[in-house]
Amino acid sequence: MSKILIIGATSAIAQATARIMAARGDALVMVGRSEEKLKAVADDLLVRGAERVDFTAMDANETAKHEPLIGTVYEMLGGLDTVLIAHGVLPDQEACQKEFDEAEKSLQTNFMSVVSLLTPIANRFEQQKHGCIAVISSVAGDRGRQSNYVYGTAKAGVSTLLSGLRNRLSRAGVAVVDIRPGFVDTPMTAAFEKKGFLWAKPEAIAKGIIKAIDKRKDIVYLPFFWRWIMLIIRCIPERIFKKLGL
Amino acid sequence: MSDYQSWGRYPLANQQAAPVFWTSQFLPPSEGAGMLPHGLGRSYGDVCLNDGGRVIPTRALNRFISFDQSMGVLRCETGVSLLEILRFCVPRGWFLPVTPGTRYVTIGGAVANDVHGKNHHRAGTFGRHVRQFELLRSDGRRIVCSPSENESLFAATIAGMGLTGLITWAEIQMIPIKNRYIDTRSIKFGSLDDFFALSAESEKEFDYTVSWIDCLARGKSLGRGLFMCGNHSEDTSRGLAEKKGDAGGGIPVPFEFPGFFLNSLTVKLFNLLYYHRQIRKTVSTTVDYTPFFYPLDAVDCWNRIYGKRGLLQYQCVVPHENAEAIREILGRIAASGQGSFLAVLKVTGDVPSPGLLSFPKPGVTLALDFPVKGERTFELFRSLDAVVRQAGGRLYPAKDACMSSEDFQSYYPNWREFAKFIDPVFSSSFWRRVTANVKEGSA
Repeated sequence: MSKILIIGATSAIAQATARIMAARGDALVMVGRSEEKLKAVADDLLVRGAERVDFTAMDANETAKHEPLIGTVYEMLGGLDTVLIAHGVLPDQEACQKEFDEAEKSLQTNFMSVVSLLTPIANRFEQQKHGCIAVISSVAGDRGRQSNYVYGTAKAGVSTLLSGLRNRLSRAGVAVVDIRPGFVDTPMTAAFEKKGFLWAKPEAIAKGIIKAIDKRKDIVYLPFFWRWIMLIIRCIPERIFKKLGL
Repeated sequence: MSDYQSWGRYPLANQQAAPVFWTSQFLPPSEGAGMLPHGLGRSYGDVCLNDGGRVIPTRALNRFISFDQSMGVLRCETGVSLLEILRFCVPRGWFLPVTPGTRYVTIGGAVANDVHGKNHHRAGTFGRHVRQFELLRSDGRRIVCSPSENESLFAATIAGMGLTGLITWAEIQMIPIKNRYIDTRSIKFGSLDDFFALSAESEKEFDYTVSWIDCLARGKSLGRGLFMCGNHSEDTSRGLAEKKGDAGGGIPVPFEFPGFFLNSLTVKLFNLLYYHRQIRKTVSTTVDYTPFFYPLDAVDCWNRIYGKRGLLQYQCVVPHENAEAIREILGRIAASGQGSFLAVLKVTGDVPSPGLLSFPKPGVTLALDFPVKGERTFELFRSLDAVVRQAGGRLYPAKDACMSSEDFQSYYPNWREFAKFIDPVFSSSFWRRVTANVKEGSA
């Protein structure tokens, strides 16, 4: 049995991942914004076999609450083995271009809140000399594209943060997993036309996340083929890339 | 064109999707032709379509809410599929009380169509095993319905084709099993009379019975086929544990087959091979529950075999006293040469359903698939309709895309009573079709 904390627990990918953890009999603490939704998710996980499920409603942007939250989680579970950070928003790129406020809000949620959460978590894990930090970043962070570079910027920040943490924490035996999904059919992407082989189901992403956590991977692209797609995209010289309508 | 079509891919509907993700959500505002819940789209015709309006896909409502391991009572959200229920319950020693021929059906859809299965003669329809559910109406009310609470709305919603509001969750009574296997017997029979004799004799002994019929056989061999029956195995040394296929996913049919693929020759060949696959008259074996209940789930998107024009299913039930009508129907189909792989015949029992518009009644039910071949097909259906009407039978809305409003209203005399419970902004292509002869407001 693992002791697991999930932030953004009502997101589709987090729910699908938590179901696999529940079926294994793990103990979970779920954090999300809506108490009502957390309750629905918690009931489901308990039925599916979770050892215990606690939840607490909190907005990830309330950074002042992060440190006490982690303390509470340690008390609830009597320790902590794995943290999955899965919250995020997909901002409207055009709105972000017009108004800095919009861009700032999404950077706050997608990046700053992750830095804040990982500060006490990294310190605890470093001290206890074990643990796994898994964070859902995105292929969008691999290169800035005109269609969603504000989102991409935040995710690039997350990935760089994770790379630094991994470098710092590997000596303490702590795994830092950078999860980079491609297009996933979730409520966050409800506005998109979801057709074609590039779109994956949250259940498929969840399997990949569990595998990455179990194997203590560094960086995983989900589904796997995004690794090759992004490799190509990263290799395009900037003088050509800047002219592409991506 | 929306993704949310029906299994037969006929007719096609142009509709907007407004998926629901949480049971605590309210319904979206109404638009155009109103709204209709849409689960896995396994009904064949247009009961799950709402052309010119909205569909509310429910698949994201796929959470369990509670499970009583000692009593076998499961409560879950409306979009949970039967596959997900089986995957969860079978290893724990519980099975669906009633199951249709596919696991790719949501529990909401199973209630809304009041589905039946191979054990209809014993267990009745799915609706009989529903303990309660919550209905979300467009005015925001949440109404818990059960046989003893809001009874009339309960009765209208079972077989209510999604028209009475959105079922947010349902609670069902599962049945206990000792292992995941079925003791089966398969008996080859040469004629319709043999089928009736076999049915009468096996119904006392077997919980599950169904027959496959060679719908192209004529004359003396009309109605020949394989009679398949089974019981849950009682052998406690056999296991309940999960198997590979439980997660679903079969051999995919990656694209629509060309129209000429299904022709009288290929169909004849299939039927001939199927009938002769069993050499001995009777074969008894013990098989896993999946191939016994869900042989077609082994092929993903098998509806694509029927090509771009889609398929229609014709499912009727006729009362025992007029069971001869089945012979007439099979005769007309064989003469038309239009039949296809799947002709299924089953004796239905007299266990009443709580649903106002429930399809099964005591008698014999016959279901066949047809490729849509335009007017030729519709003409055959009209000629079959005449036989069903005369025999005092009826058609199954979940499979239908063709029946006339007059026929529907005479098959389902409760329809006016039912109409009182329809949510004011809910509607479907099916409902508008079968009430097309009624002036606005007079229903």
